[in-house]
Amino acid sequence: MSAPIAPLPVVDHQRVVFADGLTLDCGQTIAPLVVAYRTYGTLNAAKSNAILICHALTGDQYVAELHPVTGKGGWWQTIIGPGKPLDTERYFLICANVLGGCMGSTGPRDEMTDSAGRGLGRPWGTDFPNVTIRDMVRAQHRLVTSLGIGRLLAVIGGSMGGMQVLEWAATFPQTVYAAAPIAAASYHSAQNIAFHEVGRAAIHSDPDWQGGRYWEEGRIPAKGLAVARMVAHITYLSEAALSRKFGRRLRGAAALTLLEDVFEVESYLRHQGSTFVRRFDANSYLTITRAMDYFDLAAEHDGDLAAAFRGTRTRFFVASFSTDWLFPTSESRALVRALNKAAANVSFVEITSDKGHDAFLLDEPDFHHALGGFLAGCADRLGI
Amino acid sequence: MRGGAAAPSPLGGEIRFVAKNMRLDLRLIAAMIPRGATVLDIGCGDGALLAHLTAAKGADARGIEIDMAEATRAVANGLAVIQGDADHDLAFYPDGAFDYVVLSRTLQAVERPREVLRQMLRIGRHAIVSFPNFGHWWLRWQLLAGGRMPMTPTWNRAWHDTPNIHPCTIRDFFDLCRLEGYAVEEWLAVDDRGLKAPWKRSPWLANLFGEQALFLLRRA
Repeated sequence: MSAPIAPLPVVDHQRVVFADGLTLDCGQTIAPLVVAYRTYGTLNAAKSNAILICHALTGDQYVAELHPVTGKGGWWQTIIGPGKPLDTERYFLICANVLGGCMGSTGPRDEMTDSAGRGLGRPWGTDFPNVTIRDMVRAQHRLVTSLGIGRLLAVIGGSMGGMQVLEWAATFPQTVYAAAPIAAASYHSAQNIAFHEVGRAAIHSDPDWQGGRYWEEGRIPAKGLAVARMVAHITYLSEAALSRKFGRRLRGAAALTLLEDVFEVESYLRHQGSTFVRRFDANSYLTITRAMDYFDLAAEHDGDLAAAFRGTRTRFFVASFSTDWLFPTSESRALVRALNKAAANVSFVEITSDKGHDAFLLDEPDFHHALGGFLAGCADRLGI
Repeated sequence: MRGGAAAPSPLGGEIRFVAKNMRLDLRLIAAMIPRGATVLDIGCGDGALLAHLTAAKGADARGIEIDMAEATRAVANGLAVIQGDADHDLAFYPDGAFDYVVLSRTLQAVERPREVLRQMLRIGRHAIVSFPNFGHWWLRWQLLAGGRMPMTPTWNRAWHDTPNIHPCTIRDFFDLCRLEGYAVEEWLAVDDRGLKAPWKRSPWLANLFGEQALFLLRRA
């Protein structure tokens, strides 16, 4: 048994505070609203070169720099920098921690407030209201507006980030010149909800979860959260990638054993689980997975996905990856067809890769060329 | 899928195709399209026609390409291209979404040519169709004299290997237009280099001597 793992360290994140708060889809108002964010590059005088990056379920705003908690490089460092698809010499990049997250934006770890914004002396925990992808997007919209930006050159993101991109395009069409939902879908499938539920059940069944009030004991439900991460991590990969990386290789155990890691893939997953719990809050995980599960853009428009984009002037770039079974190409294609039905300007490619869902974060030259070319084409048209 | 016209383009946003590098039949197609039109190019390859129409004619030009590598190249060049195909993706566009819908050298390779034409003239006010003419004298001669399926630079794949599953002749195409009630606004036959051929007003002669045919249609 390992020693109890301490709660997340306190980090001073760059943030903006909106005292009047945000009214959520569920009807509740969270006040004050805090949005933690990072920016890269320089906003031009016309404020026309801003690109908003939306992060995925367990991502955060540290997209292209060392992470203050883990000390690792940014999660999308491969495509950000001078001369890269997200060229910091041409664009001004913004990335905000999502509402409900645990890297500085208002979330379950923060002090609970009443409707007048008065602190109640304890964390929100499981009392944190249900948030939706649209709530996350509204919080980001507040940030973008506060930066004096009237129109974003582009909103881009993968996985849950792609859900936010779609919600941006549907909710604030005038604010989004270009939208790039990557490895995403217009709704969360039953299979994906099922995997999320396994993760949530693992957290709930950890004795240290304490009905969500784990902070009272100074502990975290590390075992349950780690199992949730292990399950989810399998869905981010592909059978081909697992076979290529690990095959059936053993860790050198001589005898048959049930208690230790025998196969390399097991110790890899355990490592993923144990490092994750040092940077992520369990109640945030519950909150955000629920937000993803609720997401169904067509349902927000009387069951007609095309209606979400009717009359849109936004230019879309949709990309999927051939071995992604979490957000398969068929769902991207359905999105593209709805966009065609709405007479939207769409580009769509499926990138051949054996790396599964995670491919959008990895070195995929075809994807990077296509995304970079799309963004550059948009910037050219706007004279940026 | 188109071959030949444009060099593969590395990462970069600027539009680097120019008309003089464009396949000659694409130039003839471009000449049929007025400034500022909305255009869908089905089987757009790496987007040479789209780039030309956008740059030279201020068109809102979009494309569909079945080959993923070509579609990716087109998107990397900043063009609005989706990977898809004529048989399965046209049904999702709304009526009258485009001024012109273009299908160049692809009709003979689709599963249901008649349905594809119907869709083209549903979503577009005009359709521009080019196809290689199977009635050309050299193909006729090869079949007559050799007794084997003809092989030419255009029909250059063995019968068991060809994607061209619905070849037709110029006269066949006129018949289909009559059957479907499409108005032929303009037509011409061209030689293998895409140059206009002299038998312009005789379908019978064009069917014998034209390598490629180009039709501009609208709903009657």
